Amino acid sequence: MPDILTTCVYCGCGCGLYLHEENGRITGSTPSREHPISRGNLCVKGWHLHEFIHSAERLTQPLIRKNGVLTPSSWDEALDLTATELLRIKENTGDQGLGVMASAKCTNEENYLLQKFTRAVLKTNNIDHCARL
Amino acid sequence: MTNSINEIENAEVILVTGSNTTEAHPQVARRMFDAVDRGAKLIVIDPRRTPLAAMAHLHLPLHPGTDIPLLNGMMRIILDENLIDDLFIEMRTENYHALRDLLFRLDLDEVVRITGVPLDTISQAARLYARTQKAVICYCLGITQHICGTENVQTLANLAMMTGHVEKEDTGVDPLRGQNNVQGACDMGSLPNVFPSYQPVSNEDYREKFEKAWQTSLSGTPGLTLLDMTHGGADGAIRGLFIMGENPMLSDPVLSKVKETLTGLDFLVVVDLFMTDTAKLAHVVLPAASFAEKTGTFTNSERRVQMVRRAIPPIPGCKTDLEIIMNLSRRMGYPMEYDSPAEVMEEIALLTPIYGGMHHDRLENSWGLQWPCWDRQHPGTPFLHKYFFTRGRGHFVPASHQSPSEPMDATYPFQLMTGRIYHQYHTGTMSRKGTLLNRENGEALLQIHPDDAGRDNIRHGEMIILASRRGEIRVKAEVSDQVAPGTLYTTFHFSEAPINLLTTGARDPKANCPEYKICAARVEKIRQGP
Repeated sequence: MPDILTTCVYCGCGCGLYLHEENGRITGSTPSREHPISRGNLCVKGWHLHEFIHSAERLTQPLIRKNGVLTPSSWDEALDLTATELLRIKENTGDQGLGVMASAKCTNEENYLLQKFTRAVLKTNNIDHCARL
Repeated sequence: MTNSINEIENAEVILVTGSNTTEAHPQVARRMFDAVDRGAKLIVIDPRRTPLAAMAHLHLPLHPGTDIPLLNGMMRIILDENLIDDLFIEMRTENYHALRDLLFRLDLDEVVRITGVPLDTISQAARLYARTQKAVICYCLGITQHICGTENVQTLANLAMMTGHVEKEDTGVDPLRGQNNVQGACDMGSLPNVFPSYQPVSNEDYREKFEKAWQTSLSGTPGLTLLDMTHGGADGAIRGLFIMGENPMLSDPVLSKVKETLTGLDFLVVVDLFMTDTAKLAHVVLPAASFAEKTGTFTNSERRVQMVRRAIPPIPGCKTDLEIIMNLSRRMGYPMEYDSPAEVMEEIALLTPIYGGMHHDRLENSWGLQWPCWDRQHPGTPFLHKYFFTRGRGHFVPASHQSPSEPMDATYPFQLMTGRIYHQYHTGTMSRKGTLLNRENGEALLQIHPDDAGRDNIRHGEMIILASRRGEIRVKAEVSDQVAPGTLYTTFHFSEAPINLLTTGARDPKANCPEYKICAARVEKIRQGP
């Protein structure tokens, strides 16, 4: 049962904690004793951090709206459609018709790449996230 | 934060304003408790008697939205009693005379009348804060989510600079960042006006740097902010929106406007873990991998960049956001190929000066590094502004009271504030999947003072109607003296009681922060039909 050291996602404190993995499932979390923030301690959200990971409500396939209803599709179909539509809107509206919302829950690497995608591919600076909320 | 979280426990005075720290930042609150145990004095400025306010040495229960006159009042007393730091003002700041002029014109009786806080209490707070050597100010969204949010922050900075309470260890001004990586998302340039490391897009030199690195032309026109995008209306300029891990259909103000905007789009893509209220409106929904299924870094409130490590492969059918973005860019004629998140970080280090020394191999073998970290040898920076401010001299920007955007009247006599609770996180898409978290705090509660509840015969736990000029919702009443008479408080975590149907769309014109902390509201008993 390996323990994987990682960082909590539930607030800006940034506790260091271990995720417990058993047969491909995350079964619990414990605080790191030496981490400068957690120091062997977590709040109630940190102790229950693992619970949403294997929730039955997780989305597990792409969905495309067909005749008004979100319908399961393949990744290729969903990504092709997304790329085509974004390119079409960019073609029609110039640099002001597309917007992107990045996320304060995603990693730095993902945020970096998304703003690069927005600026270099979509050619717009219309990118923001919920820092103001 | 200009300090590290652990420095708070060494402070001698801690001034907390607009932060429900024990619930929203439990680890920071722990440091405050430790400091108090060692003899530090705790001052809490908050309209509510929060758990922290209840144990503070001094609680200043101001009327909502009166932070500026209160802080100006404290500064006037500091000035009158000559508790200012002359040397610091002389050596490190500019424009002090403008602040002094404003303070000399300030009428302290007027301050008491506007804020509702007795002069004696304001004086005690002012003396405690100014007389000490090591004082930290911790603030949160109670300061920023006002139409005068920027001025609120500047006024706090005035107070800190006037008394020289910056630039040192254990002493500074600490905005507590709410979400796990909100600091990092800002640092990475997920903002409409700046590239990574806050390099303005309108500056030709910076633009040229990124054009060279990315081998493409870039726009120098700052983009639209979040609320401009979600409040554009059905015929707004935005025709297509790509949303990664956000839920504006619960988190943004005036939800009816957000819905009109999102349903009026030609194309909406949502990348998320769950079928959120926003995803339900999308044309395409893409299932993402959670933090346990990917590698990368988060930056916490004290600027500490730390590793997030993959514990399990993505749940079958899900992809990481990195894969999704790379897949799309490939299809759109601008391939961005990276073998690993570590390789993305190498590019970040190259283009983002404050992250210049951040490499996964360094972060792997430490508890993270605090930016600015300029190069591979740099040890990181636990506290900011030593010897000089980023802009050179600290600039005093005096401000005066601004009335909240929405006045109360006979129909809407209450001031409604919104915020967070201990067991839930943001729009609850993750935290509400947890059994215990939901058992302990599974529904929205509206705090109402016993006097107000008694007048309308509202009982604890009773379902009532809460309405503003924009709509009404049903919510359970929690009769509590945490709130003052005439004020109400609730949370925005629950889609069954979407409080942001009611909040006002008014915002700080400079920062574009919505005024979540005050809107006019009324409560009503639910009448059973005959």
